[in-house]
Amino acid sequence: MNLILKIVFQRLGLGVLTLIAVSAVIFSAIQMLPGDFASAILGQSATPETVKAFQHQIGLDKPAVQRYWEWIGGVAHGDFGYSFSSAGSLGGGHDRAVSDIIVPRLKNTLILASLAAVVAVPCALLLGILAALYRNSFFDRFVNSFSLAWISFPEFFIAYILMLYLSVKFQFLPSLASVSNDSGIGDYLVKCALPAMTLVLVTLAHMMRMTRTALVNLMSTPYVEMARLKGASRFRLICLHALPNAWAPIANVIALNLAYLVVGVVIVENVFVYPGIGQLMVSAVASRDIPVVQACALIFAATYILLNLTADIIGIVTNPKLLHRR
Amino acid sequence: MIAEEKVMTISKVEGPAGTRQRRLWRHLKKAPLSAWIGIAIVLAYMAVALLAPWIAPHGETEVVGGQYDPWSDEFLLGTDQLGRDMLSRLIYGARNTISVALMTTSIAFVLGTGLGLLAATVGGWVDQLFSRVVDVIMAIPQLIFALLLLSIFGTSVVNLVLIIAVLDSTRLFRVSRSVALNVTVLDFVEAARLQGEGTIWIMVREILPNILAPIIAEFGMRFCFVFLTIAALSFLGLGIQPPTADWGSMVRENATLINYGDITPLLPAGAIALLTIGVNFIVDWFLHITSGLKE
Repeated sequence: MNLILKIVFQRLGLGVLTLIAVSAVIFSAIQMLPGDFASAILGQSATPETVKAFQHQIGLDKPAVQRYWEWIGGVAHGDFGYSFSSAGSLGGGHDRAVSDIIVPRLKNTLILASLAAVVAVPCALLLGILAALYRNSFFDRFVNSFSLAWISFPEFFIAYILMLYLSVKFQFLPSLASVSNDSGIGDYLVKCALPAMTLVLVTLAHMMRMTRTALVNLMSTPYVEMARLKGASRFRLICLHALPNAWAPIANVIALNLAYLVVGVVIVENVFVYPGIGQLMVSAVASRDIPVVQACALIFAATYILLNLTADIIGIVTNPKLLHRR
Repeated sequence: MIAEEKVMTISKVEGPAGTRQRRLWRHLKKAPLSAWIGIAIVLAYMAVALLAPWIAPHGETEVVGGQYDPWSDEFLLGTDQLGRDMLSRLIYGARNTISVALMTTSIAFVLGTGLGLLAATVGGWVDQLFSRVVDVIMAIPQLIFALLLLSIFGTSVVNLVLIIAVLDSTRLFRVSRSVALNVTVLDFVEAARLQGEGTIWIMVREILPNILAPIIAEFGMRFCFVFLTIAALSFLGLGIQPPTADWGSMVRENATLINYGDITPLLPAGAIALLTIGVNFIVDWFLHITSGLKE
């Protein structure tokens, strides 16, 4: 048991290091801004004084390391600084905190992503296990080439096909996911249905293929061969012999795809005009609102890192080889 | 994403120069239907992209009709939001979209493979430095990192190509480094070192020919990924900018037509999907051959 704990802590330490490195990279984004950036944001008519005031507001007059600690300290308290969109009115207008813009949208995105994950993960595991079980059968070949074609589709292609058939031609579902905070659960589900369905379809093929590959690799190992030779049934073979060793790769697959979901969300939200963090990020990029972009990037990156970390730890904990010390 | 599920192995497709073509032909004759479909698709796209000015009925940015004209004899696929011929733009789009993706993948390929080979050959702190930098870059989802960088440097085709190329080279770095590491420990590399050959010579003449197969397959997969990423960014309005005809932005510009049950906006998206399928089929077949027909 000690060995496992030790490895888990090592992995956790590595995760924290990665998080710090990534946050430093995202922070240094503002450092790389071209010199004329302030005038680009404030418009051509900006006086040298307003430019100076703006640079003071975003802290460019302080050393980078000090600003990094202030920024990361703020982030730890949920304070991401102020949006540039309020910088135009430096004199009178009041500042908009990035966290105020992000929090409601983050909730929407999390709901959408978890809705998709709840459907996609079990389906993909089931299909992947079936394909591995009946390997080289017609079912396997069909699912294999179909999913290879499917992963080649851009997300917006699938999104628009669904929109065309389910909402325009047959009018089952609304084409725009314009949810608001006061919509009830039923309303929410109906409006989320199309974006969630797109996300499910986008990730399903990937996840299924990877589950199948992980299992097929295992099925060719000597100990599975041994179990087959002694006459174990297929079900027993997969569930009792192969699966315990497959948890690590499968957990990896799921984490990778949940991470992929986080990214797919960016495009799907834009297609369906869903008020989530992905849509926010894209519009912030278009208007070069760096603090908002940084906050979104940090949230996405942290989610991605945490998911991968979880998968690794599941892999370590479920690895039977580590249970017995040599 | 596709890369992870395929296990790369060093193989020996390289034979004496004379038999190589015959061997290729033998593989082609045995190729499965999916590979033939893939080859046909890629050739057709190449033809359209190269011959665009001769095939297209109208100019790329020429306004020839009203807004959103329906399909007709004059405009086979109708016109877009500014009255430009949809079919012509689709044809020119092949040229623009594919060339940008190809350029990006090539830069990424040279950069990633070069550094990967260097890291594997030199080893030591160079390897450590490169690998840790790549680890950090890969810890951030690629599309998100691209968005962050685009917001800093602004949206233009040059920025787009460079940003995606640098981000994508990390994947090629990993693959080429790991396959090259297996080769660097072999005797003939050691012999070359003892003979006093320079690092560049060892990288290019000793190691590269032996890792060509897996990294060419990786090139195909990276092309698909880059192609889809650029299409996604263009679709979001942050990639290739108008008035250049480009499939991703064409979907975005004409998306309103979907609400009237018109499938025209799906055509550029379908064009993207079809090419990616073609390349994927070829890569799948290539991997099957080079992995030594294990199954």
